[in-house]
Amino acid sequence: MSVLGSSIKRREDPALITGKGKYTDDFSAPGMLHAVMVRSPFGHARVKAIDIAAAAGAPGVAAVYTAANITASGTPGVIPTAWLLPNLKTPAHTLLATDRVRYVGHPVAVLLAESRAAATDAAALVKVDYEPLPAVVDPKAAVAEGAPLLYDEAPGNIAFDWELGDKAATDAAFSGAAKTATLTFRNNRTLPHAIEPRAALAAWDSENGKLTLTMTSQNPHVHRLLMTIASLGLPEHKIRVIAPEVGGGFGSKIHHYADEAIAAWCSIQIKRPVKWTATRTESNLTDAHGRDHWSTAGIAIDGDGKIVGLRIETHAAMGAYLSTFAPAVPTYLYGTLFSGQYDIPAIHVHVIGTFTNTAPVDALRGAGRPEATFAVERMMDAGAAAAGLDPAEFRRRNFIQPDAFPYQTQVALAYDSGNYPQALDKALKLADYDGLRARQAERRADPKGGKLLGIGLSSYIEACGIAPSAVVGSLGAQAGLWESAKVRVHPSGSVTVYSGSCAHGQGHETTFSQIVSDRLGIDMDQIDIVQGDTEEVQFGMGTYGSRSAAVGGSAIVKSLDKIIAKGKKIAAHLLEASVDDIEFENGEFKVKGSPGQAKAWGEVVLNAYLAHNLPEDLEPGLEETSFYDPANFTYPFGTHVAIVEIDPETGEIEILRYVAVDDCGNQINPMIVEGQIHGGIAHGLGQALWEEARYDESGQLTSGTLLDYALPRAHHLVTYELEHTVTPCPHNPLGVKGIGEAGAIASPAAVANAVCDALKPFGVDHVDMPFTPEKIWRTLQGRGS
Amino acid sequence: MFPSAFDYHRASSIDDALDLLASHSEAKFLAGGHSLIPMMKLRLAEPGVLIDIGRLDELKGISEDNGSIRVGSLTTHAALAASEALRRDCPILAEAAALIADPQVRNKGTIGGNIAHADPASDLPAVLVALGATIHLKSKSADRPVAAADFFVDLLATSLADNEIMTAIEIPKLGAGTGSAYLKVEHPASGYAVCGAAALITIANGSVSAAKLAFNGVTAIPFAADGVSEALLGSDAGDEAVDRAMAALAVADPMSDSYASGEYRTALARAYGKRAIRAARDRAA
Ligand SMILES: Cc1cc2nc3c(=O)[nH]c(=O)nc-3n(C[C@H](O)[C@H](O)[C@H](O)COP(=O)(O)OP(=O)(O)OC[C@H]3O[C@@H](n4cnc5c(N)ncnc54)[C@H](O)[C@@H]3O)c2cc1C
Repeated sequence: MSVLGSSIKRREDPALITGKGKYTDDFSAPGMLHAVMVRSPFGHARVKAIDIAAAAGAPGVAAVYTAANITASGTPGVIPTAWLLPNLKTPAHTLLATDRVRYVGHPVAVLLAESRAAATDAAALVKVDYEPLPAVVDPKAAVAEGAPLLYDEAPGNIAFDWELGDKAATDAAFSGAAKTATLTFRNNRTLPHAIEPRAALAAWDSENGKLTLTMTSQNPHVHRLLMTIASLGLPEHKIRVIAPEVGGGFGSKIHHYADEAIAAWCSIQIKRPVKWTATRTESNLTDAHGRDHWSTAGIAIDGDGKIVGLRIETHAAMGAYLSTFAPAVPTYLYGTLFSGQYDIPAIHVHVIGTFTNTAPVDALRGAGRPEATFAVERMMDAGAAAAGLDPAEFRRRNFIQPDAFPYQTQVALAYDSGNYPQALDKALKLADYDGLRARQAERRADPKGGKLLGIGLSSYIEACGIAPSAVVGSLGAQAGLWESAKVRVHPSGSVTVYSGSCAHGQGHETTFSQIVSDRLGIDMDQIDIVQGDTEEVQFGMGTYGSRSAAVGGSAIVKSLDKIIAKGKKIAAHLLEASVDDIEFENGEFKVKGSPGQAKAWGEVVLNAYLAHNLPEDLEPGLEETSFYDPANFTYPFGTHVAIVEIDPETGEIEILRYVAVDDCGNQINPMIVEGQIHGGIAHGLGQALWEEARYDESGQLTSGTLLDYALPRAHHLVTYELEHTVTPCPHNPLGVKGIGEAGAIASPAAVANAVCDALKPFGVDHVDMPFTPEKIWRTLQGRGS
Repeated sequence: MFPSAFDYHRASSIDDALDLLASHSEAKFLAGGHSLIPMMKLRLAEPGVLIDIGRLDELKGISEDNGSIRVGSLTTHAALAASEALRRDCPILAEAAALIADPQVRNKGTIGGNIAHADPASDLPAVLVALGATIHLKSKSADRPVAAADFFVDLLATSLADNEIMTAIEIPKLGAGTGSAYLKVEHPASGYAVCGAAALITIANGSVSAAKLAFNGVTAIPFAADGVSEALLGSDAGDEAVDRAMAALAVADPMSDSYASGEYRTALARAYGKRAIRAARDRAA
């Protein structure tokens, strides 16, 4: 059996599960100081004075710095936004707050001490004189008349006002429609909750003017670049960023935050290594959050149950400052998904991004696509109800048909491939949809009542491996979205791959090795994968957006192709054959049609390095680097089915079953694919049922600890029933599409549709997430079925 | 996430523990540490001195008397859940202990710490109140038994005096004909009880001769719904009789938080009180 496509156990796991993985906080340096941030306890306040005297004199304290010190050092000291939209308001965001704090957790001072305990104690002695100001925390309330203003340069708290699609055509479709339906809904704010909190160890080498920054990063080269140009002002080659083991990210470790840059600045300033590690509470206050939308959407249908138009207006919270890729999330990663799996002739998306006195919102597992899928799939159920059709039938009538690809949507994307009816049919069969509907009808007819059964579908599409670079550049990205890979073949035939991807739980060491093993015909243990160090890896865009197999993996293939091509030249030379007659198979270079005429991998490789007998003009050595820029996004899709039961007396919800059929193209390692689907579904079920980052009116995060913020646990969940279809991506060499986010994209809508389906006999058309029991109980109060 | 500095003493006996308590003003006993240490890490508690009683074997273990079971205050939740004596003669306590948190917490947390901490969302208080348990407190000068119903004074406050240690909890054995049940609605984040209902029903000759219903999680201290219990007496404890009895439920000052309002907690008490009574009834048969 081929290594590609087999469920090889993850080679990174033995170290990780026996506690031998080394994470940022596991590293120390001689003479190291510990940094603790002094953070705003107010959602919005003027900083009138900071008195550091008592803290500076406390035992073990080496220094206390405020924004004034950073300014005086001449460092640029800024946290930039790396995705620009037309007319985007980009108020300056400094490393430490100057005269205003705009969210709880905003750092105002940093304290360095000999131990973390001493630093924690002394931080409490920094006296900040705050004048509290009124705050605004809700993305819609932020634009209301008279709402407290975060920045003078952003009137109405509007960071951007963005549209996509054809408004006139959409309005016309609505006026001519047979039926329409409208819903207003919220996409609840969630916390990223990587198991490992953010951390940084900065070590400044004054002799060489060089900074080594070990940090929790999904994209060390991007962090280095932003440190260079905006935060520290050091030349790029004088900063080495290392991401050792990274304990999860879900997006939260893509972004460039103040804390890591402050630790770096402190090390340069005080000429000693400085370590900072967030507490769980700090993580929750300062990691970029996800979602937080208010939307009103409409769907228009003709007399045959065909969709003629879809429109949505969304208010999206940006938080107190624009995080790294924040402006892209509710725009290009959101608005472009509004065709879903459906042939919709007119679509209009309008998004208003607003500043709020909260932690910033940026990419979090799915980044815009879960929000879009939620909106589209809720509207599909609303549309089905308006059309008087079963939700499965309504979807089927509106699918883009398998022979319609490539399909140009009305919202910019060109889908390259797909087979939506097949995935739906498979999911319905697996779920026994007809049987479920029959049981539901029986229950509804039973006068004794009992638990309410709900069945919800989510036929999702996602766009992964965001690309090509020229296109994303034209949309405002201040970066290219390609990936690089260097394949170094050592003289004895083993291989080291230097990948610009940066795994933090995904299993690249295993899957990338499978790709190499398959192509070169060498054993997995002859292959090493190096990631996450700017000194070793040429350059990389990192791991997020389900891009690493499709983009990072393809870059590796490109380099492997070059290696094989060079190997063929050497083999042809040794075999005195024409290069065109050489084929490479199972680790052997063979002359086509001449059995026995072959050179083994090891012999060809050794010859490349001996260079005693190479073809003319061929350089010695065997090492190739590629920069792969994809031709398009990839478009994974599938249908998920959630089956829930509601206790009408208490509003409690039980997930009875969860069925998922996903299509991520070819699977490199089905076990890892399944693991990603499991994690993604759990993530989305968490958002649907339990998770909510709640701010009160003054800007306090009232669900900021794990006592209040419910992450899903094993006993909350069910055993997922998974199947897949395989529609390979036509434009990358592996035919892969990405699976890291699919579960989180599909599942909130599936659960929401199931819950609303269960409540339908009570005349309920919508309830907002999270579906806490009290919310359901209140919805049912005073309603009869 | 880091507690403020404190001194640490390990007690060698109950008397030593009481001496240490007398000689330090801001001292706290440390049992399993699963309520106290989280509070210290959040700096909601900043005791200057910790007196570790965790190794005092005299406070551990479960022993039987004629009519009662004596549980040492340092007995862990895991030991309660696994106790043969409890499973046989007082299954509701084992049932409730098994619903506390996860195995790690159950292996460290103790019954004494649980009730001395008096978290309204804990699982054991309602059970002890329903059982009519006696809490044994000891100072250097006296032993003082307190009825469970009088032990809980307010949110996180008990009648344990500054100079006392809790030594044991004494529980009556449930006789034949008595069924019991503890049902819990857990908070999805903390795992603590949003509503915990403990019910005991004794059925003799087809009718209820004794009944007790108590709740934790709903109000600041565990409360016994005596109106409901009385209304059940003499009935056949059938579903309709239970429904009628539940009409007597009156919840005064229910707690309210962002997860569950007082109104909703009351609705939960109504639903789960009924279900606990039904389950206890089924087990009484
Ligand atoms: C993650 C987590 C989840 C939990 N979930 C639940 C749950 O679902 N249900 C539940 O009921 N509990 C829960 N708990 C609490 C758990 O049961 C605790 O173990 C228990 O409440 C305290 O017991 P302890 O032995 O750890 O006490 P400690 O934390 O050591 O002490 C608690 C308090 O009691 C005092 N004390 C302890 N022993 C004595 C004594 N013998 N005499 C006088 N004073 C004493 C201490 O001084 C302190 O004030 C949870 C705890 C955690 C950490």
